[in-house]
Amino acid sequence: MIPELGNFALITALAVAIVQGFVPLLGAWRGVPEWMAIAVPAARAQFLFVLLAYACLTYAFISKDFSVAYVTQNANAELPLFYRISAVWGAHEGSILLWTLILAGWSLAVSLASRALPETFRARVLAIMGLVSIGFLLFMLMTSNPFVRLLPAPLNGRDLNPLLQDPGMVIHPPMLYMGYVGLAVPFAFAVAALMGGRLDAAWTRWTRPWTTVAWAFLTAGVALGSWWAYNELGWGGWWFWDPVENASFMPWLVATALMHSLAVTEQRGAFKAWTVLLAIFGFSLSLLGTFLVRSGVLVSVHAFATDPGRGIFILGFLALVIGGALALYAWRANAISGGGSFRLMSRETLLLINNVLLVVACATVLLGTMYPLIIDALGLGKISVGPPYFETVFAPLMLPLVFVLGMGPLTRWKGDSAQRLVPLLRIAFIVSLIAALAIVLLTAGYSALLLAALAMAFWTLATTAQGLLMRVRGKADVWKGLRALPRSFVGMSLAHMGVGIFIIGVAATTTFSNERDVRLAPGDSEELAGYRFEFAGVGTHDGPNYRAERGEIRVFRGDRQVTTMFPEKRLYPIQSQPMTEAAIDIGFTRDLYVALGDDLGDGSWTVRLYYKPFIRWIWLGPAFMALGGLLAASDRRYRRRRKARRALPEPAPGAALGAEASGA
Amino acid sequence: MRPRRQRMIFVGVVLTGVAVATALALTAIGENMLYFYSPSQIAAGEAPRSVDVRVGGLVVAGSIERQANGLDVRFDVTDTAATVRVAYTGILPDLFREDQGIVALGKIGDDGVFRAREVLAKHDENYMPPEVAEALKLAAEGGSIPNPHEEDAPRKP
Repeated sequence: MIPELGNFALITALAVAIVQGFVPLLGAWRGVPEWMAIAVPAARAQFLFVLLAYACLTYAFISKDFSVAYVTQNANAELPLFYRISAVWGAHEGSILLWTLILAGWSLAVSLASRALPETFRARVLAIMGLVSIGFLLFMLMTSNPFVRLLPAPLNGRDLNPLLQDPGMVIHPPMLYMGYVGLAVPFAFAVAALMGGRLDAAWTRWTRPWTTVAWAFLTAGVALGSWWAYNELGWGGWWFWDPVENASFMPWLVATALMHSLAVTEQRGAFKAWTVLLAIFGFSLSLLGTFLVRSGVLVSVHAFATDPGRGIFILGFLALVIGGALALYAWRANAISGGGSFRLMSRETLLLINNVLLVVACATVLLGTMYPLIIDALGLGKISVGPPYFETVFAPLMLPLVFVLGMGPLTRWKGDSAQRLVPLLRIAFIVSLIAALAIVLLTAGYSALLLAALAMAFWTLATTAQGLLMRVRGKADVWKGLRALPRSFVGMSLAHMGVGIFIIGVAATTTFSNERDVRLAPGDSEELAGYRFEFAGVGTHDGPNYRAERGEIRVFRGDRQVTTMFPEKRLYPIQSQPMTEAAIDIGFTRDLYVALGDDLGDGSWTVRLYYKPFIRWIWLGPAFMALGGLLAASDRRYRRRRKARRALPEPAPGAALGAEASGA
Repeated sequence: MRPRRQRMIFVGVVLTGVAVATALALTAIGENMLYFYSPSQIAAGEAPRSVDVRVGGLVVAGSIERQANGLDVRFDVTDTAATVRVAYTGILPDLFREDQGIVALGKIGDDGVFRAREVLAKHDENYMPPEVAEALKLAAEGGSIPNPHEEDAPRKP
C-alpha cells in the first residue's frame, strides 16, 4: 500500500505543480490577484506531497520492501539501516526524487520568505519554480518511477553498489543537489525580472543571499564528492577531471561568477543583463549536469543507470528551459540593461575580469567534457580528453583570477588610482613572492608551478588579512573590532582565505606526493617519505554485508610507531564485487594512504603506499568557502531592509532562514 | 569621447583575453586527445606508434602472466577478431579479470606490445565500456571503428 501511496502523492504533486506553474503566470499577465495568490499555497502543498512520496520510498527501504523494484536493486536485508536510508538516493530514480524534493523545499523557502516581494513578482518566481518541478515530476512518472512494483517479490535485494557504502556518499548527493537546485532560485528570479521588464536594487538584494547559500552548498557538495573519490576509489587522487566531476564543477564556476556579478549589480547597478544571463547559465549547467550524469552518455563511475529514453527526455527538457529562458532574454534584456558607469581602474573592472575568467574557465571545461561526445556523435572516432588538457588550460586562467582576487576587495568602487593601490598592495605582493620563493628553494629546489601556486596562495591570504586589518585599524580591541564587522565582509574574507588554503593544498599535494606499488611478504617493510611501512600479513574480517581480507601495516617514523593501518579487500557477495577499501591515516600536514592490491598466493601481497602532504587542505579550503558563503548570506543588511519594507516586526528573517535551516 | 574610448579598451582587452584562452584551449585539446583503437585496428597497423592511444577489449582467459615481483603483468586483449599483448606495471583495478572488458591507456612498443600506463575496468561486473562494446560488435560484423587519422580509413571487407 505504502508504495502506491507514494505514487499517488507524486501524481498529486504533479497536478499541484501544474497549478503552481500556470495559474499565477496567467494571473500576473491578466492582472488577477486571486490567480497570483494561488502560487504560495500551491508551492507549500507541492512540497508536502513530494515529501510524502519521499517518506514512502524511505519507508520501503527501511522496511525492506523488496516488492519495490528500486528497493530490490539498491538494498539488501543485510545492508545496515544507515545505508538503507541513504540508498534512497543511491541510484537514478531516487536521486531524481531527491532533486524534486529539494526543488520543492527551495520553493517552500521562497514562499515563506518572500512576503515583502511585490505580489506579481512573487507569483512569477514561484510559478517558474513550479514549471521546473513539472518537468522533473513528469520525468519521474514517465521514465523513472521509483515506486514500480516487482511481482512476485524477490526474497532479497541486489544490494547497494559497494562504492556508495561510504559516509562521504551519504552526504555528498544531498549537498550537491542543494546547490544544483538552489540555482533554480536565482534562475527563477532572473526569468521573473525579464518577464516584468524590471530589475532594480531590491531585486539584487533579494537574489544575492539565495545565490550565496546555493553556492555554499554547491561548494560543499563538490568538495565532498572529491573527498569521497579519494576515500573510495583507492587511487589516492582527489580530482580526475571525470565528466561527472566536471558536470558539478561547471555550475560552480558560473555560480561563483554570478555571486560576484550580483555584488556589482547591487552596489553599483551595473552588469544587470550580464547578471541575468549568468543566472540562466548557472541553472542550465545544473540541468546539463543532471543530463550528463543520468542519460548514460558518459563512461563514468556515476553512470550506473543508463537508459536512452531518459536522456532524450532530459535533453528535450534542457532545450525547453535553456531555449525558453534565452529567448526571453533576447527579447527583454534591453528593458533591464544599463547602470552605473565606472573607470578602468575600479573594483567593477576587477570583478568584470573575475567574471570573464570564470566563464572562460567554465567554457574550457565544457569544451573538454563535450568534445568527445560531439566527435562520437559525428562518427569521427572515439576519443577522450585527459586530465593534461584541463590542467594545461586551467592553471593559466587561475593565475590572473587569483591576482585580481587579492586586489579586488582593497580597490574602490567606481574609480581608484594606481597612486593609491600600488603602495597599498606592494608589501603584500613582495612578501608573498619572497615567502613562496624561500619555500620553493628550501624544498623542491626549483618548480615554477609550485612557486606560482604558493605566491598566489600567500597573496590571497596576505591581502585578505590586510583587508580585515584595515577595517579594524584604530580600534582598541582588535577581536571586538573583527566581531563588529558586517557578516558579508567577514564571509567574503573567509571564502577568499579558503581559496588560499585550497591552493596550498593542491600545490603541496601535487608537488610532494609520493607513491609506490610494492610486493610485501609478512615481515617485509618499505620506506616512503621518511615513514617505514611494516607489513604484518593479511587476515580475514567479516562486515555486515561483506567479507574482507584485512591487511595489517604498522607505520614507523624512526623508532616511534606512528599508527597501525588496516587496508581491506572486500568482497560483497551479492553483487560478487571486489572493492579495495584503502586505509588512511589522516593528518593536518600529511595523509598516509595504503591500499591492498592482489594476493600473490604465498602470503605476500602487492600493496600501494602513498604519502600525501597537505591533502586535507584541499577540503579545508572549500569548507572555509562554504562557511564564508553562509555567513555572508546571513548578513543583517538583507534582513533589516526587508523588515523595514514590511511594517510587521517579524522574527523570521528571510534569507537567513534558508541559511540556518539548511546549515544546521 | 573618454568613456567611449575606455569602453573600447575594455572590450579590446576582454576579447584579446578570450581569444588567447580559446587558442590555448584548442591547442591543448589537440595535444591531449586520446584516440581509441580496437585490437583489430592495432593488428592492421592503423594506430600511431609514438603517441598515447587507448585500446580496449576483453581480457583473454588464461593469458594473464605475472612476474615474480607481482607487479609486472602481461595479458592479451581481444575484440574476438584480433588480439593485442598488453604490459603493465602496478596494481590492477579491482574488477580486472578474465573475460572482463577493459580499456588500457599507453603507447604501442616497437615489439608490438602495448605498454599500458593505466588500465581501467568498470566497477560493475556487467558493465562493458562502450568503445569495447562497439569494437566487439564491429569485429563480429567485419567493420572497424572510423580511423580519425585517415580520411578514408581502409575498412575490412
